[in-house]
Amino acid sequence: MTQGNDSPADGSPTINQPAIELSGITKTFPGVVANDDVSMTVAQGEIHAICGENGAGKSTLMKILYGMQSADEGTMRVFGDRVDFKSPTDAIDLGIGMVHQHFMLADQLTVLENVVLGAEPTKSGGRIDFEAAKAHLQEVSESYGLDVDPDDLVETLGVGERQRVEIIKVLYRGAKILILDEPTAVLVPQEVEELFRNMRELKADGATILFIDHKLEEVLEIADSITVLRHGKTVATLPNEGVTASDLAELMVGSELPSPEITESTVTDTVTLEVRNLTVGGGGDRPAVDDVSLKVHAGEIVGIAGVEGNGQSELVNAIVGTVSPSEGSVFLSGEDITRRNVRTRRESGIAYVPEDRHHEGLLLSAPLWENAALGHQTKPPYARGFFIDRAGAREHTETIRAGFDVRTPNIDVSAQTLSGGNQQKLILGRELTSNPKLLVAAHPTRGIDIGAQAAVWDEMRQARKDGLATLLISADLDELIGLSDTIVVMFRGGVVATLDPSDVTPRTLGAYMTGAAIESDDRTDDLKGTP
Amino acid sequence: MNNLLRRVLLSASAPVIALLFAVLVSSVVLLASGSNPIAAYGDMVTHALKLGTIVDILNRATPLYLSGVAAAIGFRMNLFNIGVEGQYRFAAIVSAYVGAQLALPGVLHVAVILLVAMFVGGATAGVAGVLKVTRGINEVISTIMINAILISGVIAALSKRWQAGGSVDATGSNAGVGTDPIPESGLIPNLNGLIEPITGEIGRGKELTGMFLVAVAVGVAYHIILNRTRFGYDLRASGVNPFAATAGGVSANRMIVTAMVLSGMVAGLVGMPSLMALGRFNPNFVSLLGFGGIAVALLGRNNPGGIVFGSLIFAFLDVSSGILQISGSASREIKDIIQGIILLAAVVAYEVVRRYREREEARLAAEALAESGSSPPFESGSTPSVAGA
Repeated sequence: MTQGNDSPADGSPTINQPAIELSGITKTFPGVVANDDVSMTVAQGEIHAICGENGAGKSTLMKILYGMQSADEGTMRVFGDRVDFKSPTDAIDLGIGMVHQHFMLADQLTVLENVVLGAEPTKSGGRIDFEAAKAHLQEVSESYGLDVDPDDLVETLGVGERQRVEIIKVLYRGAKILILDEPTAVLVPQEVEELFRNMRELKADGATILFIDHKLEEVLEIADSITVLRHGKTVATLPNEGVTASDLAELMVGSELPSPEITESTVTDTVTLEVRNLTVGGGGDRPAVDDVSLKVHAGEIVGIAGVEGNGQSELVNAIVGTVSPSEGSVFLSGEDITRRNVRTRRESGIAYVPEDRHHEGLLLSAPLWENAALGHQTKPPYARGFFIDRAGAREHTETIRAGFDVRTPNIDVSAQTLSGGNQQKLILGRELTSNPKLLVAAHPTRGIDIGAQAAVWDEMRQARKDGLATLLISADLDELIGLSDTIVVMFRGGVVATLDPSDVTPRTLGAYMTGAAIESDDRTDDLKGTP
Repeated sequence: MNNLLRRVLLSASAPVIALLFAVLVSSVVLLASGSNPIAAYGDMVTHALKLGTIVDILNRATPLYLSGVAAAIGFRMNLFNIGVEGQYRFAAIVSAYVGAQLALPGVLHVAVILLVAMFVGGATAGVAGVLKVTRGINEVISTIMINAILISGVIAALSKRWQAGGSVDATGSNAGVGTDPIPESGLIPNLNGLIEPITGEIGRGKELTGMFLVAVAVGVAYHIILNRTRFGYDLRASGVNPFAATAGGVSANRMIVTAMVLSGMVAGLVGMPSLMALGRFNPNFVSLLGFGGIAVALLGRNNPGGIVFGSLIFAFLDVSSGILQISGSASREIKDIIQGIILLAAVVAYEVVRRYREREEARLAAEALAESGSSPPFESGSTPSVAGA
C-alpha cells in the first residue's frame, strides 16, 4: 500500500475530504471489460447507493475498493489519501469494511466468538480476553444502536440478525466506511426496514455507507446519492432529490435500445412448450416462481427479461426437470411432462444450455468427445443400445467442432483447456445437433468474447428459422431484444409483462424489471399504455 | 501416435516415480536401522523369482485386485466404500454356510456360492447407498458402522455357536472350528494343472487359486462397463461433475445406490480365494483385504489396468518380505514402510503429472487457437441485429 503526501497519512478522517474518490478505474478480465473508466465520489457520512443491472460492474468495483482485486488503471483516494490496496487487510487498516451478500459466519459459535474471530484480544498466556471483547462489542453495538446478544449461537439467529452480526463484525474492527453488497437481497420487508433504521443510525454516528442494490424503491428511500453503472461505465451520480424510479430505470437500461433485426417472422402456430400456472417453492416462503404461464411456439424465441434472482433459474430448472414444481404443469408438444425425469425430458427433445457452463454444462476434466455426449448419451450417434458408441461419438464431435468452429487441437483434450467461448460453442453445438424441439438457453453468451457471442447468436437464429422453439433467459438486453420474438418480464417470481421487442422502450422495460412499474401507482398507467 | 506414446509414458511415470522414491526412502530407513538395503532388496527379489513365490504373490494379488476394483467403483463416483472389509467377510461366512448345505453339480455349486457372496456383499453395501440417498447419511460413516456390526457383532455371535458345537483337531489347532466344510463340488479347482505344463511343477503344496481367472474376468468386465457402456459413462460423469450429470439426465440417487451395490458385489468376491482354499469359514479367515484394496485402488488410479499394477506391487511386498525373517537381512516390517511411502508418493506424483498435463493441454489449445487465425469467421458485430443472417 502506498500513500500520497498530500494530506496527513494517519488514516484519520480529514474534514471536508470525500470518504472515497475514484477516478478512471478500469478493470478487464479476459474478453470482458468489467469496469471502464469509472469515476465517483462518496462524501463522508452519506449513504451512497450503486445501482446497475447484473454485469454492470458493481461487484467488481466493490471488490477493487475492498482490496480483493486490483484495478488495471485509475486512482483511488480514501479520506483524501491516494491508496493502492494489495489485499483486504490494507482496506481494513484504513477503516473500510465489507459485508458480503453471502454471510461468512460460523454457525456453531456465539455472536461474540464470530465477531472477534481473527481479531481476538488476548491476555497473558495467549488466552482470549472475552471480557474485554464483550465490553468492546457492547460499546460498538450501543453506539450504533445495533441490538444483539453476544452470547447467542449464530445458528439460532434469523437472516436479519445475522446480517447485523456481520455489520457489527466490521464495525468492531474500526470501520468508518461500510460496503454492503446487496444487503436487502436476502431480507423480508420487515427486516429491510430494520436494516434501514440501522443504516440511518450508523450515518448519524458518522459512518459512510456504500451499498449495492437494484431495487429502486429501496434506493430512493434510503440513499443520499446514487451512482448508476451500465456496461462497466458510470452513467451518472445524482443526489436523491426529485429522482423517480423510472428515471433510474432508464439510466440503468440505457437510453437507446437496439432495434430488433427486421426479418420475416418464423413463428408458427404450433405450441412447443406450454407452461401452465407453474409455481416452484412456496410453502411458507415466497415462491421462487409464482403462477407463471407462458407459451413458446415452434420457430419462436421467447426472451425472459428480469433482474437476476427473480425466478428465472427456478423456471428453467422446472422446465428441464431438475426441480419439481409445487403446482402447475409443463407441456412439451402437447404432452404433459411435469412428472417426467430429466432423462425422459431430454430424450423427448429438450436441449439445454445451462447458465453456468462449468457448474452444469461440462465435465471439465473429461475429453471433449465425452462432453459432447453429455445429456444425449442414451441416443445415437453417442450410444448403440447399452453401449457407448465411441467411434460415432467421436465422429459427431468432429462434426460439431467443424460446424460450430470449436477451436481445439483435437477432441481428446479435456474441456477445461478450451476458452469460455469455445466451451460455449461446444455446448451449443451438442444441444443444437441433437435434433431438439425446444432449446432452453440460459445466458448463452455470458462471459464469452464478442466473436463467439456473434457465432452463438447466429446459430440460435438459424435454429429458429429451422423451426426450433427457444426460451432465452438473459441479462443482456441487447441480446434479448435482438433475438426475441416476444419478451416476457419476470419480477419476484411472476410474469409482470409481455412485450413486443420492436416497440419496447428502455423506460418500460427498466420499470418492469425493477418493479418500478408496480410499486409506483402514479406512473403505472403511462407505462402500461406502451405495450 | 507419437502423441499416444507420450500419454502412456506420462501416465506410467507417476507410479514409477513413486516406487523409486519409496525404495529410496526405505533405503535410508534401513541404513539408519543398521541393515544393508541392497542385501534386503536382493533377498526379496531373489525370493520373488521362485516359482512357488510367484504363485503366492498371485494368490495374494487376486483378492487384493478384487478389493481394489470394489473400492474403485465407489471412488469413480466420489463414493468412499470403506465397508469392503465387513462386506467380504460377511459375504464369505454366509456363502460358506450356504455352500455347505447344498449338494449340486460342480459348476452350479460354485456359481451358487459366488452369487450368494455377491448378493450378500451387494446388499450390505446397498444399505449404505440407500441411507445416503434417503437420509443423507455420509457413506463413510455408515459403511464404517456397518463394518463394526458385521465384523464384531454377527461374526462373533456365529463363531460362538460354532465353537460350542465345533471340534478342535488332534493338534489342538482351532482351524477346524468354523462353518461346516463345503463339499468338493463347491470349490473351484486350482489352476496348477493349467500352468504346470508351461512352468514346470510348482510343488510344495502350492496352488494357484482358481479365483485368479474370476478376478481377470472382473477386471475385464469393470473395464468394459466403465469405459464402453452408457452406465459407465453416467457413473464417470457423476463422479466428475454431479451437477452436469444431473442436468444431462443422470439420476444422482439411482447412480449412488447402483454404484454402492456394484461395489459391494465385487467386495463379496474378495473372500472367495480364501474360502476356496480353506473350504470353510474359520477364525483364521484372511482379514484386512478391504483396507488393502483402498490402497491398491488409489495406487492404480481406479483404473482397471492400474489396479493390476497396484495389487501386484503390494502382493509382492507382502509375500516376498517374508524371506527377510529367514535371511535376517532386515526387519520384515520394512514392507509396511515401503507400502506407506509408495501411497503417499503416488498421490503427490499423480498430482504433479496432472498439473503438467493440464498445462501441456492448455498450451496446445492456445497454439491451435493461434494457428486458426485471430479473426472470427463470422461477420461479427457486437449486437445480434448486426450479426444476422
